[in-house]
Amino acid sequence: MKLSPQIESLAQFLAGKRLLLSEIPFQQDVITEALAQNVIEKVSGLHENGNSLKCKRCGNQDRSLFGVHHCARCEQDCSYCRHCLQLGKISSCQQLYSWSGPPTSHGNLQDTLKWQGELSPGQKQASKSVIQAIIDQTELLVWAVCGAGKTEVLFHGLERAFATGKRVLIATPRTDVVKELYPRIQASFTQVSITALYGGSKIRHSNAQLVLATTHQTMRFYKAFDVVIVDEVDAFPFSYDESLQYAVDHAKKPIATTILLSATPSAQLVKKRSLNIVKIPKRYHGFPLPVPRFQWIGNWKKQVKKSQLPPKIHHWIQTYFAKKKLLLLFVPSVSTLATISQILIKNSIEHASVHAADPNRHEAVQAFRRKNISLMVTTTILERGVTFPGVQVAVLGSEDDVFTEAALVQISGRVGRKKETPTGDIVFFHYGVTKAMRAAQAHIEQMNREGGFS
Amino acid sequence: MNRCLACHGTYYDQPGWRRLLMIEQLSQICQTCESKLVLISGRRCIKCSRSLDQLSQTYRKGEQCLDCWRWDQQGEILEKNLSIYEYNAFLKEWLATFKFRGDAIIASFFTNKLANMYEKHFQGYVPVPMPLSNERLLARGFNQSSLLMKGWADAIDSLVRTEGEKQSKKNRKQRIRQFKQNPFSFKSESDVKGKNMVLIDDIYTTGTTVRQAARVLQEHGATKVASLTIAR
Repeated sequence: MKLSPQIESLAQFLAGKRLLLSEIPFQQDVITEALAQNVIEKVSGLHENGNSLKCKRCGNQDRSLFGVHHCARCEQDCSYCRHCLQLGKISSCQQLYSWSGPPTSHGNLQDTLKWQGELSPGQKQASKSVIQAIIDQTELLVWAVCGAGKTEVLFHGLERAFATGKRVLIATPRTDVVKELYPRIQASFTQVSITALYGGSKIRHSNAQLVLATTHQTMRFYKAFDVVIVDEVDAFPFSYDESLQYAVDHAKKPIATTILLSATPSAQLVKKRSLNIVKIPKRYHGFPLPVPRFQWIGNWKKQVKKSQLPPKIHHWIQTYFAKKKLLLLFVPSVSTLATISQILIKNSIEHASVHAADPNRHEAVQAFRRKNISLMVTTTILERGVTFPGVQVAVLGSEDDVFTEAALVQISGRVGRKKETPTGDIVFFHYGVTKAMRAAQAHIEQMNREGGFS
Repeated sequence: MNRCLACHGTYYDQPGWRRLLMIEQLSQICQTCESKLVLISGRRCIKCSRSLDQLSQTYRKGEQCLDCWRWDQQGEILEKNLSIYEYNAFLKEWLATFKFRGDAIIASFFTNKLANMYEKHFQGYVPVPMPLSNERLLARGFNQSSLLMKGWADAIDSLVRTEGEKQSKKNRKQRIRQFKQNPFSFKSESDVKGKNMVLIDDIYTTGTTVRQAARVLQEHGATKVASLTIAR
């Protein structure tokens, strides 16, 4: 069947997505015609089954994340999903539209990789596994230590995918990761159409061959990708949680390649039977991972309450200040961050502090990176995805529940990332050693053993 | 365990006898979000509730803010406005989620608080929701003022809104200038003669909208017209 030019352009827009009518910039008569020709499909946005509700877009089934009100459109009590509200409200009386006509395709692009760097032996092996997973359309976990160079491991696989006309999604829970990856990937694949989608980006829809997107932005796609790469599958606060999994499962085609990247995969994920695993236990620069040391500091909360800095922490700061080092101090909560910051001011110790809701977060991180400030106090927000050359790291109150094994491994992974400064201090200041602390230390030592260090 | 109506995080309520004996209702939002809501307190403009303590001297005229003083010069029609919270960054974001993203159940956090204010300050007044234009009502799916009145007043429309351009998209000057072109008209079957009315809305910003609505009510015989809003 020959499609009219209008429906042809609707196909270009809608293929690979599942959207609300309000998100589709076409006249109602075009949509009606397309429905009549059976080239688009609509399903109700919420699935209601007796007392239970499920959002078709984000997979939310948690009663406490649905709202209800008398709706002026359908003139009855109408439920809506609060979990993915920021993508546009889905109510019981709304439908999701997707393209079901002939598939649209991307061309085969040969020799797209412009990157000419050298892979480390560990990266090379992982790169081979990535290519194989793309050919065989299987599921692969790349378990790479912090600082192994995960991104470069993808490059040859991506080139292979584009050469066979495949469409690729790189999804990650964190906006920061999307923003950081985008320019690097763009510079490496100049001929390929690439889009970055994240909350706050101007672009909302994309037909690009390579899409980088946050969890939420992934939810607009439907049966779109041949290859799905999930970066930082364990990143707080999402971990490889149900909504990311749901979004990724719906965004990929029924037969597709899934590649998961992590330095700290959950035990549950590692046990998954259909999953192939390739490990990179060594950093790209060839030096071992710095192993955390433990330092008991007693009841630090009590001292902090009295406006005193635990003496060992004070000493740690002074020692490295004298050596003109950059220092990163992790604290368990935003409230501790505020008190510690006050105590430091009282002691005239110059520093900056950041947390997730901090509007000046990026400026503060920039100032630290430029070494305008030597001490940065932070919540777990800076536990991953950042590199500060020559940094020394400490955790205050590492016994706190927020410092899981994964968090502590990531935090330790901030040290020694650069070839020029491959070592550094990592201390857990604690009031009682936890299982997570021991596990993190053992995890790092194990990776070093696997990397050939003893 | 509860789920915070604002940040969607989970939290536990502080235990206490008042909660247990149901004197105090359940909190609905976590302590962190609660701490970001600031009740208007201290000296406030006698007319519109704006906090005077945070306003620089140049924007004040005695016990009034400069805006209200200007309205007085033009011939004031609004008796007074009362608001509960300061319109800070947190509340701005939260009310935007409520109104523009359509998260209707956020209203349930404010209904009791508005009801208490009404009981205390507006005995004998008839509460009136701010109307939406028909197109806007269909696009949004609900009228935010009517939702804010749920459980404590019948949202009976006395007004109709004809023009639909978004107030929040205009600047202050545009909004005050267009005061003359009134988007509201009177609903023919209603009767407000000799009654005191109080308009219910989410935000009082420049005060233009409530005064436009107040004028229509007065022209149709209302004695006094005031307004009650969540934020100022």
